Amino acid sequence: MRYSALSLLGNAFSKNKNWKPAWRNPDPKPRYDVIIIGGGGHGLATAYYLSKVFGVRNVAVLEKGYLGSGNIGRNTTIIRSNYLLEGNNPFYEFSMKLWEGLEQDFNFNAMVSQRGVINLFHSDAQRDAYTRRGNAMRLHGVDADLLNRDQLREKLPFLDYENARFPIMGGLMQARGGTVRHDAVAWGFARGADQNGVDIIQNCEVTGIDRDGDQITGVQTTRGAITCNKLAMAVAGSSSHVAKMVDMRLPIESHALQAFVSEGLKPFIDTVVTFGAGHFYVSQSDKGGLVFGGDIEGYNSYAQRGNLACVEHVAEAGMAMIPALSRVRILRSWGGIMDMSMDGSPIMDRTHLSNLYFNGGWCYGGFKATPASGYCFAHLLATDTPHETATAFRMDRFARGYLLDEKGVGAQANLH
Amino acid sequence: MSSLVKCPHCGLRPREEFTIRGEVATPRPAAGADEAAWFDHVYLRDNPRGEHREYWHHSGGCRRWLVLSRNTLTHETSEVVDASTLKSEGGA
Repeated sequence: MRYSALSLLGNAFSKNKNWKPAWRNPDPKPRYDVIIIGGGGHGLATAYYLSKVFGVRNVAVLEKGYLGSGNIGRNTTIIRSNYLLEGNNPFYEFSMKLWEGLEQDFNFNAMVSQRGVINLFHSDAQRDAYTRRGNAMRLHGVDADLLNRDQLREKLPFLDYENARFPIMGGLMQARGGTVRHDAVAWGFARGADQNGVDIIQNCEVTGIDRDGDQITGVQTTRGAITCNKLAMAVAGSSSHVAKMVDMRLPIESHALQAFVSEGLKPFIDTVVTFGAGHFYVSQSDKGGLVFGGDIEGYNSYAQRGNLACVEHVAEAGMAMIPALSRVRILRSWGGIMDMSMDGSPIMDRTHLSNLYFNGGWCYGGFKATPASGYCFAHLLATDTPHETATAFRMDRFARGYLLDEKGVGAQANLH
Repeated sequence: MSSLVKCPHCGLRPREEFTIRGEVATPRPAAGADEAAWFDHVYLRDNPRGEHREYWHHSGGCRRWLVLSRNTLTHETSEVVDASTLKSEGGA
């Protein structure tokens, strides 16, 4: 059923008793053309675009937990395309364009809110770096505006402009950036894919991958064996764990990242702001809670929780930027596992096995990429060639020396 | 992760005293080793879900490099030794 004003009205008259589940809950079939491991945002988006744009409909998405239980429901919901590098920017801008039309496309309210993203700068050198990034964005047709201190004061009067160590000199703004309701993204893609015939199979963990030479023949799961023509991995966070089933070692470490939400406040921050002298990003949800996060924990972890040391670190960075946060109480915090790649950029490519495809290494930038990641991965799966915006995310770029190091810190996963 | 780490030299110390370097990867190749060996050493990781050996530096204490055996799922630390003991295994 399509959601519309009419369907709302009709269901209101029948006292909302006739709403149907948004997607089926099927048992796995014995065989699929494509199996996607991982029912997170990227896996569901891949299934959606595969079935909608590329006409591949005999598809299963295998999710080890329940839908939305992984990183798609654990992020800080920020979308932006303010990237510097040639290999990154067109991809993230493609994603931004998909976000802009997403709700009409999959007929689901994902609360896409282009409220703007502002990166603060605190020194002359940092202003120059941001100016360069802004210019690179504009050359790619992406909106970017450099705000001076006075312009910034009008928008964000509560920042600590006179901070002794890190005075705020201005900010780089992408007005088209913003936030999206993350759960609704998972639900919208799931519903859209399901309507196109994709089987979304929850509570189905892949425990082994069957091979015949360099061909994948199928997977072993907690709900039985399933065979397939093509196998796609979209399990960022657990990529190394799943890749080990086919003896792959990856240029990836898994790290925990925490996010936080405060008690509900009156309207306070109407944009996304990021601190330039540390790692801190904050926005305010429609319910009023401040949603914020900071650095990863810095040690390998598969536990979906963080440590107090990092909570303190994030709180300090937040306080240095917005002193008023000292009175705000934190309501909840949670952790997710990030695929931290060795250059801070994702990997989306074929593998050494002829019908195994890999999508991972999203570090902590995966959410904003969700639609483009799905579209480009579907393109790769359907045509065996990368989408034109995703040609730099090659698996072999590390061995060949073509790193995509947006931050410029080298092969140190926990610094990206 | 536990807030206290048992340094073999200093005893139980708060975790904030330590700097974490990461996985004890393949041994550093010889300077003239081929590119494949260097690629393996610099970029590839086992990144296991479970038992994991990693370098920690007691930067706020004795300043020795240590090797922790830690479970990445439960954060339990089973063993901490001085990194020099790895030399006998051909590591580091």
